Amino acid sequence: MSATPPKPPGYQLPEEHYLNATYGIRSWLLTTDHKRIALLYLASVTFFFFVGGIFATMIRIHLLTPAGYLVTPETYNKLFTMHGVAMIFFFLIPSIPAVLGNFLIPLMIGAKDVAFPKLNLLSWYIYITGGCFVLYSFATGGLDTGWTFYTPLSSVYSNAAVTPAVIGIFINGFSSILTGLNFVITIHTMRAPGMTWFRLPLFVWAQYATSIIFILGTPVIAITLLLAGLERMFHLGFFNPALGGDPILFQHLFWFYSHPAVYIMILPAMGVISEIIPTFARKPIFGYTFIAASSIAIAVIGFFVWAHHMFLTGESTYAALAFSLLSYLVAIPSAVKVFNWTSTLYKGSISYDTPMLYALGFIGLFLIGGLTGLFLACLGLDIHIHDTYFVVAHFHYIMVGGAVMGYVGGLHFWWPKITGKLYPEFLARLAAVILFVGFNLTFFPQFILGYLGMPRRYHNYPPEFQVLNVMSTAGASILALGYLLPMLYLTWSMRYGKVAGPNPWPATGLEWTTASPPLTENFDVTPVVDWEPYDYKNRPDLGLGAPAPPTLAPAHGDD
Amino acid sequence: MQSQLPFYPDQASNFAPSVDSLMTFLILVSVFFSVAITAAIVIFFFKFHRKSKNEIGVPIHGDMRLEITWIVFPSILALAMFGWGAAVYVDFRHAPLDTLDVYVVGKQWMWKIQQPNGRREINELHVPVGRDVKLVLASEDVIHDFFVPAFRVKMDVVPGHYNTMWFRPTKAGHYEFFCSQYCGTNHAVMGGWVTVMEPSDYAAWLSGSTGENANPVVAGEKLFAEKACSTCHLSNGTGRAPSLNGVYGGTVRLADGSAVTADEAYIRESILFSNAKIVAGYQPLMPSFQGQLTEEDIMSLTAYIKSLQSQPVPATGAGVIAPGKK
Repeated sequence: MSATPPKPPGYQLPEEHYLNATYGIRSWLLTTDHKRIALLYLASVTFFFFVGGIFATMIRIHLLTPAGYLVTPETYNKLFTMHGVAMIFFFLIPSIPAVLGNFLIPLMIGAKDVAFPKLNLLSWYIYITGGCFVLYSFATGGLDTGWTFYTPLSSVYSNAAVTPAVIGIFINGFSSILTGLNFVITIHTMRAPGMTWFRLPLFVWAQYATSIIFILGTPVIAITLLLAGLERMFHLGFFNPALGGDPILFQHLFWFYSHPAVYIMILPAMGVISEIIPTFARKPIFGYTFIAASSIAIAVIGFFVWAHHMFLTGESTYAALAFSLLSYLVAIPSAVKVFNWTSTLYKGSISYDTPMLYALGFIGLFLIGGLTGLFLACLGLDIHIHDTYFVVAHFHYIMVGGAVMGYVGGLHFWWPKITGKLYPEFLARLAAVILFVGFNLTFFPQFILGYLGMPRRYHNYPPEFQVLNVMSTAGASILALGYLLPMLYLTWSMRYGKVAGPNPWPATGLEWTTASPPLTENFDVTPVVDWEPYDYKNRPDLGLGAPAPPTLAPAHGDD
Repeated sequence: MQSQLPFYPDQASNFAPSVDSLMTFLILVSVFFSVAITAAIVIFFFKFHRKSKNEIGVPIHGDMRLEITWIVFPSILALAMFGWGAAVYVDFRHAPLDTLDVYVVGKQWMWKIQQPNGRREINELHVPVGRDVKLVLASEDVIHDFFVPAFRVKMDVVPGHYNTMWFRPTKAGHYEFFCSQYCGTNHAVMGGWVTVMEPSDYAAWLSGSTGENANPVVAGEKLFAEKACSTCHLSNGTGRAPSLNGVYGGTVRLADGSAVTADEAYIRESILFSNAKIVAGYQPLMPSFQGQLTEEDIMSLTAYIKSLQSQPVPATGAGVIAPGKK
């Protein structure tokens, strides 16, 4: 506890803030306040995380024995499909953008709200509608196609409730598109005076890059799944070879969105890390422009790598060569970020606060996830490891080790801003360590399983793979504890936590210059930005650094 | 677990050593970067730990030389990975000419396999050691994938397409194969065993029990007559359609001026979508045979067409033929 600066006594919650401005269920369900909408999303993505997590738990229990321990093959196939659909479309993709992005972008750029507050609320209702269709599919027969919906299995052969799920994801797509539009326009038009592009927090750059993918990519998945649905309902031959269609066409369309979707999940997490590291090292981020530009580079190049999922479908050798080379190209901006984050620590004033533990854990896990991506982009190696547990391990390192660590780390970092309360620091550090250990124990053995040849999506497996599977399941039980703990103490802290004050860390962003929790209008007066991002040296208002000579006039009149 | 180092499976094909070397190279590069970055983080974390409550870090904004270094150096390593991986992949995607061709049909949830002499197997594949083997892969329903970990090879089996994969077994033994593209309820049990035998054992096994009419060339010849292919595709080249003698493996000039290599996929396409590629000098007269032939029929016809060599004599159908041999 010694590393946390003791809170000056006497902080009190502001008399009126966005949480107590109005009361009643209507004031929440009809709100156009971006902060309240963020909390609506927080509740709903947590629900889907829980749903997906229950499926994951059952999968890991089932795989304890080679013959399968818990369920029938049909049920197993539904479990991993519904786990993937719930987690990807209804938790990971909306998590950081719709919860943290919604809450923070206006605060970070000094705006009162997003550009289109009503559209923002509509996005949430669209998300909920899509989610209801998918839950209906889960409840009435389930879904057994794999989250990838490969045709003709999904469009012809599956006996499960594919159609409502496809409709649900189609509807949900509009939520992403509208959120992306809202963010892009907000960032372009609503920045406070002095908030130039290169003073934007890197989280905002990352959200901007993500929004571009939302807008350009999501229509493709929506249309693709609609075509698969039409083929299923009306026997139109888009993808079914028996009707003159081409199943490979589906994969091209599917991955044209679904590969960039991986960047939808990881880019915002990278944005969170880029906020946490300079705050807890108390120095400017190393290579600001390179980190900002790499977000855009990832979003753009990310659109040209999709067919690396298809090296073994029989695609032309030339296509494979081009997509492999482009996949290596997209690795470079990710590497640039990791090098810059690491260098930021050099000569910092580093604390062990919980968000920093998550950020450093993120770097380690993302490093492994990113490096193993190089293995899969490698044409010769992909022949062997494609569609094995190596792939499963790789993308969980990116999506769980990367995106979820970033999300949970970000929740901790901004929790005092969102709720006005501090979480219990010791429990939070403990949970961060438990998550890190549990995660590695769950997923590292899967790399080895994959190289040994265990294919993914198997409800049973040869006995020689059992030891590694048991390790993985053991890790998953630790991981589950690591997720339950924050859910409990964060909820607890909303009522019983210590009052945080406006800027407990302290951090340099605009969002920390207003009250915690903020007012409905975010700021009393429109802020004017006259400092560079992550600049601790020239911010006497933060009360840090060597005691300033009393003759030095403060840069701002607010202290 | 196995007693030896359990990270690499058995090496039993020509591709296994090259894939494993590639793997070792990538592991070394990854370990280098992981250790370097983790070490830097741990050292910085403790060395620059906050000493006093109000301490701030030294404001360092960046360094262009460092940025260029960590863009250029990883790019060179990435290019090396790309080039080496591409070399292995290109080799895998281009089978040698003189291969032992085995036909593999995947369906929910079994593998039907037919040896060149017609001997059929279910979920079993027998191949001789030291011989280049090419699998011609077709699916009757959804997408499957034929994966032999000990050989380090796999290829999707796509309905409506022919894919091929090749390998040269290097060690006699018994190796498990899997379906590695999710294909529905019993995906996980859609596997079997590859038996790699000494060539003499393989020859003996092959001649062991052959179904009378099973030879795909004979079956194909029969279909060729039944479906009236032979009325147009006259062997002497005077028919309304081009002669098929010696067409396999050669280059075909098309009416639109382009040229294609006559491989299994081309023959298949020409049967099912007869107007997709019209041979130069001929009219698009041929009807489509889509829906009229099973995957095994198409494979038989393909085997028969492949057996037609340049001299205008019909295949006798006797004995083992190595299709594709020029």
